[in-house]
Amino acid sequence: MTVLLDIAEVSKRFPVTGGPGLLARFRRRLSGGPENLPKVYAVDDVSFSIDKGETVGLVGESGCGKSTLVRALTRLLDVSYGSIKLGTRELSLKAARVFARDRDRARIQMVFQDAGESVNPRFTAFAAIADPLRRLRKLRGKALRERVETVAAQCGLPLQLLTRFPHQLSGGQRARVGIARAIAVKPELLVLDEPTAALDVSVQVVILQLLQRLKTEFGMSYLFVSHDLSVVRLICDRVLVMYLGKIVESGPAAEVFEHPLHPYTQALVAAVPRLHEGRDERLRLAGEPRSPIDPDPNVCRFYGRCPRGADACKTTMPALRQFGARHVACHFAEEFLPPLRTAS
Amino acid sequence: MTAAPALTVEGLSVEFRTRTGIVRALENVSFAVDKGETIALVGESGSGKSVTAYAVMGILDPAGRVTAGRAMLGDLDLLAATPKQLAEVRGRKIAMIFQSPRTALNPIRPVGRQIADVLIRHGNVSRRDAPAQAVDMLRAVGITDPARRAKAYPFEMSGGMCQRVMIAIALAAKPSLLIADEPTTGLDVTTQAVIMDLINDLAKQLGMATIFITHDLALAGQRSARIVVMHAGHVVENAPTRDLFAEPRHPYTAELIAATPDAAASLGELAAIPGALPDLRRTDLPPCRYSERCPRKIAACAQALPHAAPGAAHFVACWNPLPVQTQVEQTMRGPTVSAA
Amino acid sequence: MTDIAAIPPAASGFAAQLRHSRYVIAENPVTGLAFGLFVLILVAALIGPWIVPYDPLASDTAVTLQPPNLHHWFGTDQLGRDIFSRVVVATRLDFTIAVASVALVFLMGGLAGVAAGYYGGWTDRIVSRIADTIMAFPLFVLAMGIVAALGNSVQNIVLATAIINFPLYARIARAEANVRREAGFVEAARLSGNSEWRILTYQILPNVFPILVVQMSLTMGYAILNAAGLSFIGLGVRPPTPEWGIMVAEGAANIISGEWWVALFPGLALMIAVFCFNLLGDGLRDMVDPRRRT
Repeated sequence: MTVLLDIAEVSKRFPVTGGPGLLARFRRRLSGGPENLPKVYAVDDVSFSIDKGETVGLVGESGCGKSTLVRALTRLLDVSYGSIKLGTRELSLKAARVFARDRDRARIQMVFQDAGESVNPRFTAFAAIADPLRRLRKLRGKALRERVETVAAQCGLPLQLLTRFPHQLSGGQRARVGIARAIAVKPELLVLDEPTAALDVSVQVVILQLLQRLKTEFGMSYLFVSHDLSVVRLICDRVLVMYLGKIVESGPAAEVFEHPLHPYTQALVAAVPRLHEGRDERLRLAGEPRSPIDPDPNVCRFYGRCPRGADACKTTMPALRQFGARHVACHFAEEFLPPLRTAS
Repeated sequence: MTAAPALTVEGLSVEFRTRTGIVRALENVSFAVDKGETIALVGESGSGKSVTAYAVMGILDPAGRVTAGRAMLGDLDLLAATPKQLAEVRGRKIAMIFQSPRTALNPIRPVGRQIADVLIRHGNVSRRDAPAQAVDMLRAVGITDPARRAKAYPFEMSGGMCQRVMIAIALAAKPSLLIADEPTTGLDVTTQAVIMDLINDLAKQLGMATIFITHDLALAGQRSARIVVMHAGHVVENAPTRDLFAEPRHPYTAELIAATPDAAASLGELAAIPGALPDLRRTDLPPCRYSERCPRKIAACAQALPHAAPGAAHFVACWNPLPVQTQVEQTMRGPTVSAA
Repeated sequence: MTDIAAIPPAASGFAAQLRHSRYVIAENPVTGLAFGLFVLILVAALIGPWIVPYDPLASDTAVTLQPPNLHHWFGTDQLGRDIFSRVVVATRLDFTIAVASVALVFLMGGLAGVAAGYYGGWTDRIVSRIADTIMAFPLFVLAMGIVAALGNSVQNIVLATAIINFPLYARIARAEANVRREAGFVEAARLSGNSEWRILTYQILPNVFPILVVQMSLTMGYAILNAAGLSFIGLGVRPPTPEWGIMVAEGAANIISGEWWVALFPGLALMIAVFCFNLLGDGLRDMVDPRRRT
């Protein structure tokens, strides 16, 4: 299994907006103190890797930092700390601002959540799909047209729709345009940011099956970001669970879904409505998440909302520990291990 | 049914005038909710489930018209009511919560005041007592530190909290019927669970009937006793939840279940629903709007659909419904079938 | 897949644009009227000097201050010149001034505003301060000042009008660019290898353009009024050049002595032109915004 993407100790911190103004900051600098602005720890010390041909799921709720992590990965954003290695190349060395013109730009591409927003309303479907080909593959004229039509056909987009604008297409058709645009340059890693969230359930099936087919056909790896655990379970080999900027659990998708080890994952799984099972009302999360601003590095991020709350939880940040193919960041992970498994 | 219905919708038909033609958004929609019962209206986009709610509440888009039908809330036909009658009933007897909580709340009024407005207008509470009761309502919907939050504005609160506020506003005057239009779309799944628990608990406390509109079949199944499945402006199936999932009778219902990710063990098992929604502007729509994409279509499908008797236990709008495993099914065919 | 049927057949391309334009005009007769007037004005501007019965500069002392009659439809002025000919010929000058000022402010204000909205930071600060400075003055007084300082000429009128409209365009363009700065399609454009400059020009500008076009039509009316106003107080075009503003100024004194036609007809022409451009702006918005096409 060759590693395609290796993320190590990535952190992204944002200064809090609406903080002290220019004058106050200037005064603070003059008095010799460091830039002690309060910061939001959007992504905090995240490490994982994606193998060639693998589909990794990234789940977490709003505010967990997955959008920020994804934008850092795809080099739309710079990281505050950490390394992003694509193959042998360290990507974090080049600023996001100039990465658009980099020779490796085509290797990582992204499919966005709302294709209606992510396609320029004044571009036709053809122009949208042609754009990366023009810029990254320098195709023109006949070669360009042929490539666009090939990709559109591969994504199940009828050719006569290529002259239409986004608002003239249905949700499913727009999704296909977004996918076609992303795979046109034959990326090695495709990040999918909630690609089916805005779609009806029947269209979702078709798009998911299309994505699966494209993946095997082109040998891509996927990073599938979603809040919908039922979809993640079906399409992902492995899944990472994020909470407030940290990875709290990871492992094979089916196992994590069936046997969650981290209390947060357990609450998440319990909250997903199931067709043929009753509700699990024991695991309701009360209250709001902790503040992501300057969090205490010694307190578990889930402390306070977790049904467990021991002293260890507020004095030591639980590290991500390995149990076979699973990783969990909880002091009490052993208690939840499924039977007949022992810690490695 | 033994309990008296809180709302009975009979033969509701709605049209929209648009630039490109008349959209027959709803045709002959009928269903009933009993007092204290929670039912779900389920369908994909374009099925007409939200239009039904808006028509009942009398807040249809100006381009929309109710062309037929009644919506009986007790003795009052909501569709034929005068604006004055509607104003009496809305908020007091029937309330609605909407999909996007932040946009449904007034952005420039503190939330406590918005709840107090309802209490004063519909709850017969004096201006002096209303603020305190508003704080009580906030506490009842699970907002911590309610006294302080009552002075907050919607933009200062998270999506989940805004939704709780909207529930508080809707339930302030203790209505007997609540319509919840996709109340948890856009919320995290853990927040969704908590909000739905809240709605269910309050409904039980107040003895309130609930119509829950959603595209999420699994969620509908978890939260309602009965599910009404809609497709292209028609009610296609109406059955108790357990029966619907165990033995779906309408082909569309079965396809919908088969397309839900939760129902499949692997991606290959998921089945897409064949065909597409018909264009509702057509004047030549067949009587069954699913027939053009239905694999079970037979000659009989060219005639008018069977009618729903609102009190029926399991209604299927289909001439060739899926066979029932345990029963002899010959009795299921016929023009005026209304009972399982 | 098979969901093509749900959406009406391709409604893009020039033919569809024309069809939609006809629909918009048909739906709102006022827009149709405005459009018709615009065509009339355009024709007058283009071929006016060739079709008028008299030379607008030719004075004939024998027929001074004649009321409207068969020979002189709008009457004559104090120098015996035919007012009708002058009004029609003036159309070209006023129209040119309007178009030139609007084009100039669109370029200046539009580009500056979009850059300010997209890049933020110091670009934004500088552009905003310039706009604020301009807005601190009563705009007409500022125009007067600019023309007085630089000299009476058509170019300076155009420049002055453009400057006083700069804040409006810059502000609109900045707001639109700001909203779209972090839009999904901008991120997608970065992923597709577009440099920031390319994104600004090919992704953002085409979205901002329609909104500015509507504004341009409204500004044209104002630009004509501005030019006329400046000429009225003697700071604009110089006599004997026919221009509506000067003509109103020249005829103003005559109203008291009962020769109402000298000022009325150029005034009427001004009014109709401004009216036409304002109404056109509304109709243009419907035609140009792609979201309202289907």
